[in-house]
Amino acid sequence: MGLCEKCKKAQATFHLTNIDRTGTKLERHLCDKCANEEGLLQAKTTVDLNEILENFIAGAKAGGPDLSNLVCEQCGISYVEFRNQGLLGCANDYEAFKEPMARLLERTHGGATNHAGKTPRSLGLPHKPQQDLRRLKRQLDEAVAAEDYERAAELRDRIRELEHS
Amino acid sequence: MSAPLDEVVRHAGEWLRGSGPLHEIVISTRIRLARNLRGFLFLSRASPEMRAEIAETVAVAARKADLLKEFIHIEVDKLDELDRQLLVERHLISREHADGTGARRVAFHPSEASAIMVNEEDHLRVQVLRSGLQIEQAWEHINAIDDVLEKNLDYEFHPQYGYLTACPTNVGTGIRVSVMLHLPALRLTNELEKVGQAARDMRLAVRGLYGEGTEALGDFFQVSNQITLGRSELEIIDDFRKVVIPKIDAYECAARDALLKNRPQALDDKVWRAIGALKSARVISSSEAMQHLSHVRMGLHVGRLTTPDLQTINELFLQVQPAHLQKLHGERLSGEQRSIERAAFIRARLSTN
Repeated sequence: MGLCEKCKKAQATFHLTNIDRTGTKLERHLCDKCANEEGLLQAKTTVDLNEILENFIAGAKAGGPDLSNLVCEQCGISYVEFRNQGLLGCANDYEAFKEPMARLLERTHGGATNHAGKTPRSLGLPHKPQQDLRRLKRQLDEAVAAEDYERAAELRDRIRELEHS
Repeated sequence: MSAPLDEVVRHAGEWLRGSGPLHEIVISTRIRLARNLRGFLFLSRASPEMRAEIAETVAVAARKADLLKEFIHIEVDKLDELDRQLLVERHLISREHADGTGARRVAFHPSEASAIMVNEEDHLRVQVLRSGLQIEQAWEHINAIDDVLEKNLDYEFHPQYGYLTACPTNVGTGIRVSVMLHLPALRLTNELEKVGQAARDMRLAVRGLYGEGTEALGDFFQVSNQITLGRSELEIIDDFRKVVIPKIDAYECAARDALLKNRPQALDDKVWRAIGALKSARVISSSEAMQHLSHVRMGLHVGRLTTPDLQTINELFLQVQPAHLQKLHGERLSGEQRSIERAAFIRARLSTN
């Protein structure tokens, strides 16, 4: 056991080994205080603990699937992030996290699995163009800003289509 | 300062007028619906531009609806802290909405009976607030608002899960019914556990005055539903209307009757000390004022007091809150100054009413 490489006073209790892309190994030995100051301790433990717990619970319940790899393609949120913050990133998450979500909803809502209330009057009717137009125009701005002209052209065509429908 | 808010502060909203069924014990009925717009990310992932766009999309839709034409539109992110706090005290926005970040708005009817929060936890949080126990009326009202908004907005709706929300605890109907109750006698007789039990039996939660994680100031409690999936709005409403609220109302009435019959002096002591403190105090905190107002309100209802009038007491519940007090005073005050100003304000109101 050595001393902390940073303060050189306290016992090093935190040992980190990083391997960068060139394969070079970088070792760090810090005391709790210095590791905490560098934000290593906190970030590392919360994420790890939660991941372990999630995997453990999911594994025990479903006998298998590894939830730590579940990520929604639309908003980029992972299942683990969602469980940490309690909030979803987009409506597609309900599909992206299908199985654990079904279990979670059943637990939260007293065993219920299906909506039994109001449905929008416009369900099944064509979507409102105004809301789509606004979104497409923003996406067009983003595509132009990112110099993605192929996508910009595509979006421009869809906007024209909607505007003339 | 925002001009419409300067006016708002002089009166209590319609919901606090102390009328409606069971109004002695049921202060108000609130229903809110959570809705999200199709094609936008939920707010935890939305960029500042997307938030602004959501706010604009909702505002355009609201302005098109005849039912909402009198609504006052306010950009919450442009208000100073005091005005935001004022809206929280009036239950027009949540604390989370007041303390949030990025473009967020509220639009409300001048009567304050209905409001639409934009960019809180969900894109839209529509609410209707009524005095007394008026759950069915509140539901009809909010359902109508939801329908007119939906004429110009597409909501995220899932064939199995219903209305999709940022937090899965709200999915399905997206409905939260909250009934605010005034239960001074149950507190005095140490019987609040009965309320907790009645609520738990129906899977309802009991909270303080300003919702989640808040204290039960002035003997006010909110009972609200937890389950939003698998039951219709009307089924959820019926749990409150037919079962839980009548039960709690009966408990409080029984506790008041028992106090009147068995311990009239103890009851009078509470009531008269309360009116004495309110009329004499030179420095008073909002929680102390709320507690005394609560006892005075009960004293009026059980006939141990005939003055002041109930309307004054109901308005004071709001006006003793920090933001209201500062708005009425016309300038910002420190905590100590507020306690002095509050005592003076209460004395003035009670000397003429």
